[in-house]
Amino acid sequence: MATATRVEAPHRPGARFPRPSPPLPLLLLAPASVVLLVLTGYPLIKLVITSTQKYGRAQVFGQPPEFVGLDNYRQVLTDSYFWTVLGRSIAFCAVNVLLTMALGTLVALLLTHLGRAMRLTVTVGLLFAWAMPPLAAIVIWGWMFDTQYGVVNWLLTNVGLDYQGHSWLINPVSFFAVATVIIVWQSVPFVAFTLYAALSQVPGDVMEAAEIDGANGRQRFRHITIAFIRPVLLLVTVLQVIWDLRVFTQIFALQDQGGITAKTATIGVYIYQVGIAQGRFDMGSAIAVLMVVIMLVASGFYVRQILKQEEL
Amino acid sequence: MTAPTTTVADLVPAGPRRSGAAGRTARTPAGRRRGGRTLAGRLVVNAAAVVVFAASMFPVYWMVTTSLLPNRLVRRPDPLFVPVEPTLSNYHRVIVDESQFPFLDALRNSLAVTLLTVVGALLLALLAALALTRYRFRGRRWFILVILAVQMLPGEAMILSIYHLLDGWDLTNTIIGLTIVYIAAVLPFTIWTLRGFIAGVPVELEEAAMVDGCSRFSAYRRVTFPLVAPGLVATGVFAFIQAWNEFVTALVLMNRPENLTLPVWLRSFNKVNAGTDWAGIMAGSTLMTIPVVIFFLAVQSRMSAGIVQGAVKG
Repeated sequence: MATATRVEAPHRPGARFPRPSPPLPLLLLAPASVVLLVLTGYPLIKLVITSTQKYGRAQVFGQPPEFVGLDNYRQVLTDSYFWTVLGRSIAFCAVNVLLTMALGTLVALLLTHLGRAMRLTVTVGLLFAWAMPPLAAIVIWGWMFDTQYGVVNWLLTNVGLDYQGHSWLINPVSFFAVATVIIVWQSVPFVAFTLYAALSQVPGDVMEAAEIDGANGRQRFRHITIAFIRPVLLLVTVLQVIWDLRVFTQIFALQDQGGITAKTATIGVYIYQVGIAQGRFDMGSAIAVLMVVIMLVASGFYVRQILKQEEL
Repeated sequence: MTAPTTTVADLVPAGPRRSGAAGRTARTPAGRRRGGRTLAGRLVVNAAAVVVFAASMFPVYWMVTTSLLPNRLVRRPDPLFVPVEPTLSNYHRVIVDESQFPFLDALRNSLAVTLLTVVGALLLALLAALALTRYRFRGRRWFILVILAVQMLPGEAMILSIYHLLDGWDLTNTIIGLTIVYIAAVLPFTIWTLRGFIAGVPVELEEAAMVDGCSRFSAYRRVTFPLVAPGLVATGVFAFIQAWNEFVTALVLMNRPENLTLPVWLRSFNKVNAGTDWAGIMAGSTLMTIPVVIFFLAVQSRMSAGIVQGAVKG
């Protein structure tokens, strides 16, 4: 690696300086590295170690933990509830990503068709939805879906449906529907803005050439627009998968407002319940390690995609 | 990313490849010409825009409206869509509330943690980003790879061992404890973004300053630093929003009523008052939302570009 760098060096921007004495860049990196090592690296290792130990409340109060190998993992993986939670998380993630991407793409396309004033208006609206602190968003939607005075029930009742006093959160399916509404509402702006930026990079002359060559609107969209925005589309989808798979706040806070915990837990919430609420750190850690592995697989793809685009 | 391209294109006289009027259309984004040519098409498009705007804004509007209504008008069978008899009494009640979960304590905690996180993260990230852009050294690529991968570690999974770590140092329920966790959490992204901004400053400028007698560090300070300032602002705002909104870590690490941050405060306040004091809850969430919205609007154009940096090549 060192030799390769030296050969390439003249073309790279930083290389024009006289080669510094080695410690200087390392000195600049040291503070950030220390923080990351202590507060990300060490906890990660500790997490893996704890997942191979018997570690409950007794160990917190000083009893030395006992090494149990992969016992915790065996217990987690043979527990049908874990698979239920995992399946639930994946299904929830899939629905949310599909809806977010579909609506986000439609809104992005809409933005390209709008006049300047209307586009600005929609942009401001989307920005507000995006900027909401997640907890505030959950609380607002919780109020709108309130059983007694919620505006949603009022609206549905006025349309002629019997929704008076309807509880949305007690039934797991409608609980997840509300959670989906909140998440999609907050995620669509990011997708729409990013795809809109990508759409405006599609060169007009290529479009024009295709038009002259007789391609109709749909063909142009499929073969030119989609082809040009595909990398961005892919990247945004992966980010959404990563974010929706680890969903915690929305589910956790909605459970406060009336959801049944056991029937609505996703993997992040499950870790919290087992590890923090029940104090079974060993099992919690094992589940957490499994989650980290799943996330790293998903993000490996994201990192590769980024590396393709960026020259490091 | 779009804007600079357009500006450059406007400066370039119509060359052989794009002549006159055709040049104009060629620069408009591809889709814009397809719809909206007929009156009916325009109507549909604008109606859709109104729907999107309403769907985005209504919850925000509803929050503010409810927060301005006296509680007796909130709890009625037919909701009021306009704040008749607007009042600030809900805000007053929430702010001076001395009950179980005091708002002002949470506000103070949130401000302290957030500001310390922004300052700390920017400082560390600036140094690291300088090293990554201005020097070649062994392990540099590795460092960048780790930075990218670490961003994807789910906080929900890490919180167990982070709690243990801080508990061992007696740093749970302290501002400093939560702050260092937040700095570590936002650091990868801030380094990555600042690296992009610094790489955008030509090395030649620094070299020129050094030829004129600056030392390397005063070249950084007098030349690079002012040019990177907008990047520092954007990155700082990002760190601000992250720290201000963060929930799960604060929930676990700060569990005494006087040590809550605003998101956790809102959750507790909501838990206690849901069904009885919606107006107060909406006032609380409005108060917590205001700073984020202001900062967000200020740097919005960089937000999405920053997150998927590298995806759109200008």
